[in-house]
Amino acid sequence: MHRFANPARFMRLSAAIMPWCAALAAVLLGLGLYLALFVAPPDYQQGEDVRIMFIHVPAAWMASFVYALMALASAVAIIWRHPLADIAAQSAAPLGAGFTLLCLVTGSLWGERMWGTWWVWDARLTSVLVLFFLYLGYIALVNAFDEPGRGARAGAILALVGVVNLPIIKFSVDWWNTLHQPASVFRLGGPTIAPSMLWPLLVMALGFMLFFAALLMVRMRTALIAAKVRALRLAEVERHAAAVLTPRQAALP
Amino acid sequence: MTAFRRLILRDLRLAFRQGGDAAMVVGFFVLTVILFPFGVGPEPELLARIAAGIVWVTALLAALLSLERLFQADWEDGSLEALALMPLPLEAQVLAKCLAHWLVTGLPLSLVAPLLALLLHLEPAGYPVLVLSLLLGTPSLSLIGAVGAALSLGARRGGVLLSLLVLPLYIPVLIFGVAAIEARIGGFAARPHLLLLGALLAGALPLAPLAAAAALRQALD
Repeated sequence: MHRFANPARFMRLSAAIMPWCAALAAVLLGLGLYLALFVAPPDYQQGEDVRIMFIHVPAAWMASFVYALMALASAVAIIWRHPLADIAAQSAAPLGAGFTLLCLVTGSLWGERMWGTWWVWDARLTSVLVLFFLYLGYIALVNAFDEPGRGARAGAILALVGVVNLPIIKFSVDWWNTLHQPASVFRLGGPTIAPSMLWPLLVMALGFMLFFAALLMVRMRTALIAAKVRALRLAEVERHAAAVLTPRQAALP
Repeated sequence: MTAFRRLILRDLRLAFRQGGDAAMVVGFFVLTVILFPFGVGPEPELLARIAAGIVWVTALLAALLSLERLFQADWEDGSLEALALMPLPLEAQVLAKCLAHWLVTGLPLSLVAPLLALLLHLEPAGYPVLVLSLLLGTPSLSLIGAVGAALSLGARRGGVLLSLLVLPLYIPVLIFGVAAIEARIGGFAARPHLLLLGALLAGALPLAPLAAAAALRQALD
């Protein structure tokens, strides 16, 4: 892992991988949407409304996954002080917040059709809402300091503190009586969802994952380039200041 | 242990000499609770129904209000750096500061709460559970809040940021605190909810000082 913590190596590797990742994400998302909207059968209870699931469930998985990744990157940043890990965590946060918002909005639309209400204060929904606020708090904290390094270090600690929410999200449907259904894909004894719906779902999930990976690489590359630009500007300002203050110039008439 | 005790006494003395943080927090608590009968109407049935929630939410906000000062003053005048050089681990110092914070905010809030519940027509069965749940829950608020206070040291708009960081983490405490009172009023056992509150406290007691001390260290770097 330490081999890949080198920013220059990351720039070379990501330049090679990113286009393929983005192209594959586009293909998989296109295929997944086609399968989800036209091939997968309507549900015997929910009818056509079940198709919201193909966006909602991958978005929910990504919401938790991105937070776990962010926390892992933060742990790496704290333990080994890899600058790339800080950048990874910061670049992942807005993406994770986006997935969480997508999950909440699609869930709300689905809930209106199935439960007859846009929102219920049940454990799963509340814990995902808390996850959304954790993302927002992280983003606000990282940007709240004049010195960027300070924000990164504070954010890393907050990201690790927020990890307590992940098991609560996962097990909220088992621990409490909720309106939200329990897990039907990742469970002991195999998925209870029909294969004709499971396959489009998995294609969508893989598409979401690659889409995230591609965006993460774009964001990390942008952050690295922005840091470089900032360093160059600072150097230029310092050179300029040094030139202004040289005795030769001061002696000019 | 003497250093631990002295740190608590120092914080308490500072709190009392600087014009009564405790009085201010309790004043905020009382005034905010009094706003509710004007906001939702004075019908006793309605107020009794939402009394537990009002008291808990307001206590939580009052505790939050005083958190900003937890490390801020020490950080600004540099005594935090001197404290960090003490042989007493920073984690223990955070614990001492949380304890002092709880003694001047959480404890008075818990003791005033029954009086406010009276104004809101809380069912009589709810009073002991109200005090008990606040006594069990408010230390968790101080501990979790210490993490947020340490993280937002020196940030722009620190106060707003602090509430954004801490409020989501306060939700579990609020849920079980209110649930215990509602359960007792509804004729069920309050014990499971109180045990969960205790579990939250037992979890926050070792973990929050660890995180807060880490945050303080990076603020002092």
